[in-house]
Formats: sequence, C-alpha cells, structure tokens
Amino acid sequence: MKRILVGIKRVVDYNVRIRVKPDNSGVVTDGVKMSVNPFDEIALEEALRIKERGGAEEVVVVTVGPADCQPQLRTALAMGADRAVHVQADGLIEPLVAARVFLKLIEKEQPILVILGKQAIDDDNGQTGQVLAALWNRPQATYASKLELTEGSARVTREVDAGLETLEVDLPAVITTDLRLNEPRYVKLPDIMKAKKKPLDTLTLSALGVELRQQLKLVRFEPPPQRQKGIRVKDAAELVEALKKKGLL
Amino acid sequence: MTARILIVAEHDGAKLNPSTAKCVTCARSLAGAEITVVVCAADAAAVAAQAAQLAGVGRVLSIDNPANAHALAAVLAPQIVAVAGPYTHLLGPSSTFGKDLMARIAGLLDAPQVSDIMAIESATRFRRPIFAGNAILTVECSGAGKLVGTVRAASFEAAGGGGAAAIEQVAVAVPLPTHTRFISVSAAKSDRPDLQTAARVISGGRALGSADGFKILYSLADRIGAAVGASRAAVDAGYAPNEMQVGQTGKIIAPELYVAVGISGAIQHLTGIKDARTIVAINKDGEAPIFEVADFGLVADLFQVIPEIERLLG
Repeated sequence: MKRILVGIKRVVDYNVRIRVKPDNSGVVTDGVKMSVNPFDEIALEEALRIKERGGAEEVVVVTVGPADCQPQLRTALAMGADRAVHVQADGLIEPLVAARVFLKLIEKEQPILVILGKQAIDDDNGQTGQVLAALWNRPQATYASKLELTEGSARVTREVDAGLETLEVDLPAVITTDLRLNEPRYVKLPDIMKAKKKPLDTLTLSALGVELRQQLKLVRFEPPPQRQKGIRVKDAAELVEALKKKGLL
Repeated sequence: MTARILIVAEHDGAKLNPSTAKCVTCARSLAGAEITVVVCAADAAAVAAQAAQLAGVGRVLSIDNPANAHALAAVLAPQIVAVAGPYTHLLGPSSTFGKDLMARIAGLLDAPQVSDIMAIESATRFRRPIFAGNAILTVECSGAGKLVGTVRAASFEAAGGGGAAAIEQVAVAVPLPTHTRFISVSAAKSDRPDLQTAARVISGGRALGSADGFKILYSLADRIGAAVGASRAAVDAGYAPNEMQVGQTGKIIAPELYVAVGISGAIQHLTGIKDARTIVAINKDGEAPIFEVADFGLVADLFQVIPEIERLLG
C-alpha cells in the first residue's frame, strides 16, 4: 500500500505569549493552550492532498511523547489521517531519539514519503527530518514550498536563502514543510466525531527497541533581554534629523 | 582538552558567504580552540583562499568534486563525515544551507546538535533562543562524543582578514548518493546589498498593498544603500518574493538600521530583527506592537512619509 507517514508534535499554541518560569526551570505550560505544531499541520495537509489526488492510499500520523499528546493525534485524525500511532515516552525527546522512532516505524510501514514540519515552534531545533534522512540513508528535501509526485520520484521546490531551489529526489524520501506549502484545512465537527472511531495504536519506546537517550541537558531558561522603549517622532523631518544625528543616514 | 572545531564553509562556488566568518568568531569565543574550515566545491580553490585569510583559522581543507557543484546535503554530509575524525565540534551557519546540512551530518555521526548557537559558554555549554526567541536556553551537552552546532549569524560579528592558514587538498573516497538531484534555483538578481549582511534594511508589510506599493521602498532603499525585506504577510500576499522574508521562519538579521514600514510587528517578525542596532517603525496604527521595540516611532501614512524622507535626503 502506498503510505505516507506524517510526524505530529504537541506544542504550546502559536498564539500563546511565552513566559519563563520564575525559577528558570522552563516555560509556563500549566493552563496554556496546546496545539499541533503548525508546520506539522502543513505536513499533514500535504499528505492528505496527495492522497486525495490518488498519489497515496493511506496517511498515518505519528507522535512521540507522553499520554497527553493524544488530543493532537485526534485532531490529526479529524483533519483526515487514516490512523494514528502514539509512541509513548516521558521525558525530553531529542531529535536523534525521534528520528530513531521514525526509522523503526518506517521498517514496519514502508512509506513512500515521510513528511515532517521543518521545525517545532517550541524548541526550534529543526533537525529531526534531516537526522532521519541520514539514518535512513534516503533523500531529504527540507523547507518545501511545492511538492509534485511522479512515479518513483518527487520534485520539490525549497525555500532557501537565495530564493527557490528545485530538487528531484527518488522515493522514498523525507520532506520537511515550510509555511507556504499549503494552507491546512479546518476541522469540522462531524469529522471530530468520526475521528473518535479511527484506529489509534499505542506503542512504547522499548517495544520499538529505541533507547531514550538524553545528551543535552536543559540547564536554564531565561526571558530574552528587552529592548528599551524608544521615542515617538512627529514627522518625517524629525525622523531624518534624529537618524542623521546618530550617523545612521 | 583542546577543542578542535571544523567549520563547514557556505559559499556560491566563487565567494565565501559572510556567515562563515561569523562561525569563525563564534568558534574563537572558545579559548584555545583550533579552527579548521572545510570547503566542498566543484573547484574549491578560490573559496578556500578566502577562508584561509580569516583571522583565527588555522587550516583549510579543500574538497574538490564535480558532485559538489550544488550544495546538496545528502551529497556533502558523507564527505564532511569522512574528514570529521579528529574534530570535537562541527559548526555551520544557521542559514538554510547550514540547517539543512549540519543536522544530516549529526545524523550520520549519531551526534547531538545544538541549533542556533548565540553564545558559547564552554566546550559543552551553549546559549540559544527557543520559542521564537521568547526564551533563551542554556544547554549542556553531556555526551563524550562529537558535537554538531549551527551558529546564529546575527549574534556574531564577522571575523576579520589578515590570516594565512595552510590550505590542504583532501581526497575523499566515499560513495556519494545519486538519489538527490539539483534541478534549478531561481533568485531575483538585485544590485541592492544582501539582506542578511546589509548595514541598513527597509522592510515592508501588508500595508504596502501590492507589489507595486513596494516600489517606494525600493526607491528609498537605493537612495540610502539599503537592502529591502518584507514581513511574512507581505510575502504571503505576493507583494515580495520569499527570499525577502524577515522573521522567525525567514531571515534573522542584525543591521545597524532597520526601518519597518507598514509592519504591525508580529512576534515572529520581531524575532528576526531583535539584534538590529536601531529600529525605526512607520505605521498608521499607533497601537501596533512594532512600536514597543522601536527606537524611533512615527505614526503616519507610509505613502506620504516614505517619499518625503527621500525628498528630505535631497
């Protein structure tokens, strides 16, 4: 079966104002809205569109994390994923561990594509897709803004610093998504009801034979330095004057 | 133990990207570090010569291969790994080139990566922004093996010249994959300074209203020798190409002067400009969050103010 694996990460919602805990041990997450990482929503949307065009038969969403990740998997099922896999793990999941989990699932599921977000908006690491592609010894096309599948290969337009780069990659491959790849659909109420009946398998790291290695210790969280509030100028002339005085014009 | 740092050079085949000189400064903040730069290219001679001049660089490795004509992570990573043996740290810039490549190298090495390094506190301790720059994390690496990192260019000055490092040709005999093929790159040719390294940047937001609306910014930019950027909203609306996007998912820049025109200042945009020396905001909406971070704020209609500034400059 032509299958696409999509990674889903539960993160603090995009719109939440991040606050660092007073003891510098982390950021405040109690009572804070959690959502699917926005880049992962884009990854899922792309997988669903490929399936709707007949390029794939099944879309499987995967998350690695504690039990409270399941609502985000249900959201993904409501968006249209066929089934979900929850790999239970408590503690910090480093990119190498997440990639090893995907590698194990790839052996089992034999996907034509793995689509992941280019980064999670919490840790902003941006590594898992590339690490996975390396471990799997397969192509990677990161920061995708356009994806066209043909038999056995994919043509991917990537958002790079210079502009837009187009690559051709053999399948299977790892794709990571950028913002302009698509606009994810909204979930409708009947779909939320239907999603409750879709299969959600739960596995453990040890069942997959993946060790929860932690090599990076999060020592201290701090709020960023604040910029001093500046002054208001009344018109263009005053602005030009002020900038000239500072030697900026 | 002496840190031996291998920096992966970013270049376009002819010129070394300034991001590499910033990686060198980052590496030099670790006292006593031995710094080597590796250049992978179809013909690396010119770029290697530039890297050899960077102050602080002890050695340059030059890896010539026709397969390196375009920077494909899947092709470059095994070559870097083949020469990585003696090094404790592998660094690359936190550009799309470096982010794409370094994590693939980390995967091949089974090594942890620290992304977006903004400060090095010790050989194993680093500071980096998370949550779109809304928190700064100090991270300590406990592993005994190699460490991979990407360097946040906006946090470091470029290393100066005057060096004379030895350049060493390295023949790397590892099988290279053919599963990834370069097709094309489209980049608007521009005579304006490079957005990432420009001393002055003028950016426009959705309030510019159209690609045509951006013309007043281009005109002023050319008058003062500035690069032009755009907010995500303006890029999404098609007013400006993606490579002009400034912010969390676009370019993170640190110019001397940043002028935000018709940009409300979403947190994701502010992430990209935090390190600018002076921020100017011009916006009709006096309540826009951009004014919270601006050194100089002007509440006004941009379509009147921008041409007027140009006139005032004579």
